[in-house]
Amino acid sequence: MNLTLRVWRQKNAHTPGEFREYEATGIVPDMSFLEMLDVVNEGLIARGGEPIAFDSDCREGICGTCSLVINGIPHGGQRGTTACQLHMRHFKDGDRITIEPWRARAFPVLRDLVVDRSPFDRIVQSGGFVSVNTGQAVDANCLPVPKDDSDLAMDAAQCIGCGACVAACKNASAMLFVAAKVSHLNLLPQGKAEKDRRALNMVKAMDEAGFGNCSVTGSCEAVCPKEISLDFIARMNRDYAAALLKGKFHAKAQAAGG
Amino acid sequence: MNLFSLIFGSSLGKKFVMAISGALLFGFVVAHMLGNLQVFLGPEQLNAYGHFLQTTPEILWPARLGLLAMVVLHIWSAIRLSRENKAARPIAYAVQKTVKASYASRTMLMSGLIIAAFVVYHLLHFTVLMQAVNLTGQNFSALLDVKGRHDVYRMMVIGFSHPAVALFYLIAVGLLCLHLSHGVSSLFQSLGLKNKFYGACLDRFAKFASLILFLGYAAIPSAILLGLVK
Repeated sequence: MNLTLRVWRQKNAHTPGEFREYEATGIVPDMSFLEMLDVVNEGLIARGGEPIAFDSDCREGICGTCSLVINGIPHGGQRGTTACQLHMRHFKDGDRITIEPWRARAFPVLRDLVVDRSPFDRIVQSGGFVSVNTGQAVDANCLPVPKDDSDLAMDAAQCIGCGACVAACKNASAMLFVAAKVSHLNLLPQGKAEKDRRALNMVKAMDEAGFGNCSVTGSCEAVCPKEISLDFIARMNRDYAAALLKGKFHAKAQAAGG
Repeated sequence: MNLFSLIFGSSLGKKFVMAISGALLFGFVVAHMLGNLQVFLGPEQLNAYGHFLQTTPEILWPARLGLLAMVVLHIWSAIRLSRENKAARPIAYAVQKTVKASYASRTMLMSGLIIAAFVVYHLLHFTVLMQAVNLTGQNFSALLDVKGRHDVYRMMVIGFSHPAVALFYLIAVGLLCLHLSHGVSSLFQSLGLKNKFYGACLDRFAKFASLILFLGYAAIPSAILLGLVK
């Protein structure tokens, strides 16, 4: 099949970008979207052009590296699918496809379709962990975890941190990502000890990164390749409210003061 | 960090402010509709109700001040949140596509602003009784019934007999109900009181309550224009 691509090209974060058109010829329907871009890039390189820069790593839908807005929808609009697992059979011969990077102030474009998602790392560093003393690993079954809790925690832990939620949200809000990261640890007994502090600190890091706010439109859960539920945002809101009601911010200030 | 800055300075805190003020304003909208529907019970009932409110300042003024505070908090949080939302996406997508987001959820700011403009008009019209805005040339404050009370019933009938006034009212309550069809279920989400077990039920409640409110409010000018209430 033959396609026309309209791709965002941008040299670096400080140079304004623009759309450029490319012909993708000889595309096999079994190719993934990224393999199609590989073919286009090989053609560009052969003609001495600059290949289109895009992020990819595992190419099996589990690493969260690919980040393309395809025809206005992050990851292309196939339910529960990353761009690397999106196959060309979902397109028709002669289609015109627009490819854009994630658009958010917190995710500046580094080059073409590659954006800087390090704000997500800073959010995780602020509370997406469990503090444990080193030593021997505890026996796997000595800490009982209710099955419902572990299932729910696993649903949240599926988040691969791709940022499609931010890309899809009309407010470029990172609530679904932060909610997944807060919830998967807050649900488990190992994470409960730092529950209040985690909710407060991760929300603070999110706000500082310059993401928008939640309008409860549900776009994020609709495009999430791991189908993380909007319910986790309610859970994060609840954890945050509980931390405020318990006055946990005072305890933290005292600890910080020594 | 203190509690004040965590509530009024954080993203989630501002959503709490918006949700709680919205919930209380929703309560007012329900009570106000029930009060207004007394027009169908006749002049005696409605004028007695109006007289009761006007002569009971210990209820009237706390309610008015409380409502004003809620409106201020609701609008303040809306402005802050939407400015942050606009700033969070400085470059728009070339291809704009809406996934899942309902029309109501995407237009909350616009519906809210038009409702706010209507509320100002509505207060000048029926509370301040400003003669210039009622478009009928009549002085509403001079309307008294046989018992010497303010004739709220005739004020309503005369007020809505002007088609432009009635139309603006119908548009505003339509937008109010669009706003509430999203807001009433979202406020539970913002306060963390929603999950998959009863979330769908809340969504249905929001739509149902909005529809009932629309029918209740729209019934009054419609009945007056159709001559059913004279």
